[in-house]
Amino acid sequence: MELFQQLIFGFGVALSWQNLLYCLIGVSVGTLIGVLPGIGPLGTIAILLPITFNVAPVGALIMLAGIYYGAQYGGSTTAILVNLPGETSSVVTCIDGYQMARQGRAGPALAIAAIGSFFAGTVGTLLIALFGPPLAEIALQFAAPEYFSLMLMSLVAAAVLAQGDMMKSIAMVALGLLLGIVGRDVNTGIERYSFGITELSDGIGFIVVAVGMFAMGEIISNLGDPEERRVFTAKVTHLFPTWDDMKQSFGPILRGTAIGSFFGVLPGTGPAIASFSSYMVEKKLARDPSRFGRGAIEGVAGPESANNADAQCKFIPMLTLGLPASGVMALMLGALTIQGIQPGPEVMTLRPDLFWGLVASMWIGNLMLVVLNLPLIGLWVKLLEVPYRLLFPAIMAFSAIGIYSVNNSSFEIYLTALFGVLGFVWGKLGFPPAPLLLGFVLGPMMEENLRRAMLMARGDPSVFVTRPISLGFIIVTIGILVVMVAPAVKRRRAEITD
Amino acid sequence: MKLPDSKDFWSGVMLIAIGAAALYIGRDYPFGTALRMGAGFFPIVLGAMLVLFGVYFVARGLRSGDRIEGNWSPRALVILPLAFVLFGVLMQHTGFVPALLVLVVGSAMAGTEFRLVEVLVLAVLLTAMCVALFIWALGLPYPLFSGS
Repeated sequence: MELFQQLIFGFGVALSWQNLLYCLIGVSVGTLIGVLPGIGPLGTIAILLPITFNVAPVGALIMLAGIYYGAQYGGSTTAILVNLPGETSSVVTCIDGYQMARQGRAGPALAIAAIGSFFAGTVGTLLIALFGPPLAEIALQFAAPEYFSLMLMSLVAAAVLAQGDMMKSIAMVALGLLLGIVGRDVNTGIERYSFGITELSDGIGFIVVAVGMFAMGEIISNLGDPEERRVFTAKVTHLFPTWDDMKQSFGPILRGTAIGSFFGVLPGTGPAIASFSSYMVEKKLARDPSRFGRGAIEGVAGPESANNADAQCKFIPMLTLGLPASGVMALMLGALTIQGIQPGPEVMTLRPDLFWGLVASMWIGNLMLVVLNLPLIGLWVKLLEVPYRLLFPAIMAFSAIGIYSVNNSSFEIYLTALFGVLGFVWGKLGFPPAPLLLGFVLGPMMEENLRRAMLMARGDPSVFVTRPISLGFIIVTIGILVVMVAPAVKRRRAEITD
Repeated sequence: MKLPDSKDFWSGVMLIAIGAAALYIGRDYPFGTALRMGAGFFPIVLGAMLVLFGVYFVARGLRSGDRIEGNWSPRALVILPLAFVLFGVLMQHTGFVPALLVLVVGSAMAGTEFRLVEVLVLAVLLTAMCVALFIWALGLPYPLFSGS
């Protein structure tokens, strides 16, 4: 069993005390920001990225990943206890989770959410281990045309599947691509859009864009629209679900995991879509759908499993193809690049410790989350009482230090301020920020692969449709676009994403 | 006229402006040939795409379109970026501690309620924590105070 050996190798990496510590820090920070509304995993990871420069790549990735899936856990805790989704992924959990809490069943709701998430996390981890290596094997045969088409496909898919206005998402991708090529062109040495500013020759810092849009932009918009917090805190009495609860949740957890895994590998779909779909499926399948909305445990078990499976499976395209399927994954790719690791299928063979260590750590991290979350729930809920007026100056301080520490450059601080303003304005105009980040990360790679492909084909653009794999990606891309323009799908999409 | 508050209209205007600027600035970048693409190919294609998207949104915004929703805080929009810029300037001239104090107090001023004592305590505590974490523990090479 090669897989078995590799997993053991991965656990060996992940169980070193440093990596265990990074994992613990990651999931704790993740839970924390999951509980706190107003700061999400994207902003947090962006702010903390510079700090991870001093850490070895494996440890850095383990910690950042922990923040990401830890936030899904934390988000569900507040959804159930105070009817406040800490993250968008747990919006659905509010519906039945909060009702359960009001009926005095907060304990079982939290427990089933944790169990479902843990199960989904385990399956997700296994899926990465199973499908990662063969996918990377295939991807190793890709040349420039395949890569270009693949990136095109994932950008289009990401834009189409993202929440919000599809056309605006695609426009954001184009804008991101354009921002991505600022600086000296590697092939010709020509400075593009750098306005003679030395700092811009190396391009716009990727952390600058992310922190500006996801930390500062968020704060600006939060301060304009202060949300009211209901501080009805349900008492958590008994934690353990009854045997009936378990039996009822078994199916939803399995189905939720499957749904989440499916949406997970698709680019662009946030965990919100996975959990929402799972909720709809459970409601359809239920013998008595009227129970939903009144504290049905299936309405917690399914979506909570789905969003965690989704979060885990998002790693598959990132680790095997070097393709970001979401904003967070774009940040992870950025983290790898900054660490001097070229993302792509080679990572698995060149740095097996990175791949298997991360996979193993995710399982360990999920276990930590269960242990961490259930007994400490009271503590996390207490944190909700920290007022936002104390929180946001702290976020600003961490952001500023983080940005400054990358290049010791005040210019990047100014640029971040600019992106904060832009992020806010774009948000107000209904442009989703994540597609911009995807385009930004992929911009230089896409240009490079396009150039190489054209050189390879002696200037004949038909190379993208004469090579079978590339043709496949192009067909899927066109397919996605055609299907999405179809009126029925368009309407359905609007229903789901609103 | 319902122009000024149509979300799509202003989205379009913005995209046209960015796209046009990209095309204008990039007009001298060599376009290259299909075989050897120049530095200008991507910028021109993307700039043109943005302009086209912009035209689409302007048209959509003129026909109907959602208004810009939600409240917003002009105060936050000005003060937060300003506090950040000030941090950048102060890092160069006065060192880490003053820069951070100013940033925290400045940011807090963007909020809806500002309690002076509370904010000062927060600023001092945060600064102390950041000095301990970033300067001492992580070893970032910034002077705490610099006179120059």
